[in-house]
Amino acid sequence: MADMSVTLCGLRLDNPVIPASGTFGYGAEFKDFYDINILGSFCFKGTTKEPRFGNPTPRIAECSGGMINSIGLQNPGIEAVVSEELPNIAAYFKKPVIANVGGYSVSEFVYCTEMLNASPQVGIIEVNISCPNIHRGGANFASDPKTAAEVTAAVRRVTKKPIFIKLSPNVTSITDVAKACEEAGADGLSLINTLLGMRIDIRKARPVIANKIGGFSGRAIFPVALRMVYDTAAAVRIPIMGIGGVATARDVIEMMMAGATAVQVGAENLRNPFVCREIIEELPKLMAELNIERLADIIGIAQ
Amino acid sequence: MNQVIFDIITNEKIAKDVYKLVLYGDTSGITAPGQFVNIALDGFFLRRPLSVCDWDLSLLTLIYKTVGDGTKALSEMKRGSLDILTGLGNGFDTELCGANPLLIGGGAGVPPMYGLCKRLREMGAAPTVVIGFNGAEDVFYYEEFEKLGALTAVGTADGSFGIRGFVTDVIRALDLSYSGYCACGPEPMLKAVAEELPHIKGQLSFEERMACGFGVCMGCSCKTKYGSKRICKDGPVLKSDEVVW
Repeated sequence: MADMSVTLCGLRLDNPVIPASGTFGYGAEFKDFYDINILGSFCFKGTTKEPRFGNPTPRIAECSGGMINSIGLQNPGIEAVVSEELPNIAAYFKKPVIANVGGYSVSEFVYCTEMLNASPQVGIIEVNISCPNIHRGGANFASDPKTAAEVTAAVRRVTKKPIFIKLSPNVTSITDVAKACEEAGADGLSLINTLLGMRIDIRKARPVIANKIGGFSGRAIFPVALRMVYDTAAAVRIPIMGIGGVATARDVIEMMMAGATAVQVGAENLRNPFVCREIIEELPKLMAELNIERLADIIGIAQ
Repeated sequence: MNQVIFDIITNEKIAKDVYKLVLYGDTSGITAPGQFVNIALDGFFLRRPLSVCDWDLSLLTLIYKTVGDGTKALSEMKRGSLDILTGLGNGFDTELCGANPLLIGGGAGVPPMYGLCKRLREMGAAPTVVIGFNGAEDVFYYEEFEKLGALTAVGTADGSFGIRGFVTDVIRALDLSYSGYCACGPEPMLKAVAEELPHIKGQLSFEERMACGFGVCMGCSCKTKYGSKRICKDGPVLKSDEVVW
């Protein structure tokens, strides 16, 4: 029997497949589609200090091989997440979850992280310093190694839970940002967030998305994400969750060979709600074909 | 929500840029008129959400307008199968319609009114149907509504078929009283209808660009008097007293 388990900062996952934040809600809809306890874990919708409605609509545009979104971190706020969503999740998901926190200021990241300390079901905190949709032009804390390190250090001081910093691809050198986060105390890195993109409605001669630009995700970005995971894995010693365009078991294998310890599946969940189950079912077959006994053995072997 | 593979039975043009697609497959996921389905198309990343026109145990009828590359590609599929997520959204609540409701459809918003009308007739209600189009070449399903035994009035913006004007002009011309109303169409039409019928309880079906169609991406959120709602999951049908225009 193929061993798909991986260990992420001491947290043992049955397999490396994790739905990415913003594509899985709090799992409530997906639990009606399939038994989500087969997942390695899941990363729930990004949470800010205050409730947020998010950006004006239209928030979605399509493109070849992917989509562009500008949701703008719509969420009920950290208090509602801790008091309502986490207890709801506990009823249908029996494994540790990954909490994704967002923010406009260092103090907001710190506040959200501290609020999660008392929740034993949160196994990892993913710190989203790279949301492209909360500042016009896509600027964020992941744009600069200095600000990325500042958030990392501040969050590090207030929690003992493993923290993964979610990095932006919209930078000149993602490895510089990655190294700065490692030095500031990050336990791991999640990469990549969405690429900046846009579409124009040619009949109206206006951007499709109300906020004009958004985050580009989906299959088309896989090679970009893979390259960044590959380079980052060579530059840091902390574990990486590989994200970006993952849609098949083969993509998972590639991400892990590039250096990812676990792999998040994002936009594909929105077009094929069963994709994570399909990947988990397909992985042992592909492992057998490749003579891989333990999936953990392939982490970074393409380096 | 069910994921079902449907076989294409027919896919024919019935008006300008409007096609009727009849599919064979398991429709058990559909529980109310006004729900929608989300169709995967080869070569397109996102599914295409289409409202359900009508269904029985094994046949599903969808009527759609070709508005972009996706629906254009769909209109060219004359045979084969389609991967479809069915039973999405809340749909219309027939129990809230009363004995003589008014059903209003505008353009691509007409199809769900047919399935609703059919079920209301089966329940013994006497719905009045008002459907609006731009011109005569856009008109479809007028006779089908009449065949259901519903009083049906058509309006066209250019006056080339039925009454000249918008659906609100037709409603005024009919000058009848109703136990409730249901409407589907462009947002300006929905707003005009709600303003025309302020004292009647209404159900309005909205449209928004969406990614997943099942409530997780938050792409189609809208503000209501009772907080934020997802058009795909909490809608597409909202009650007239909760809509923020």
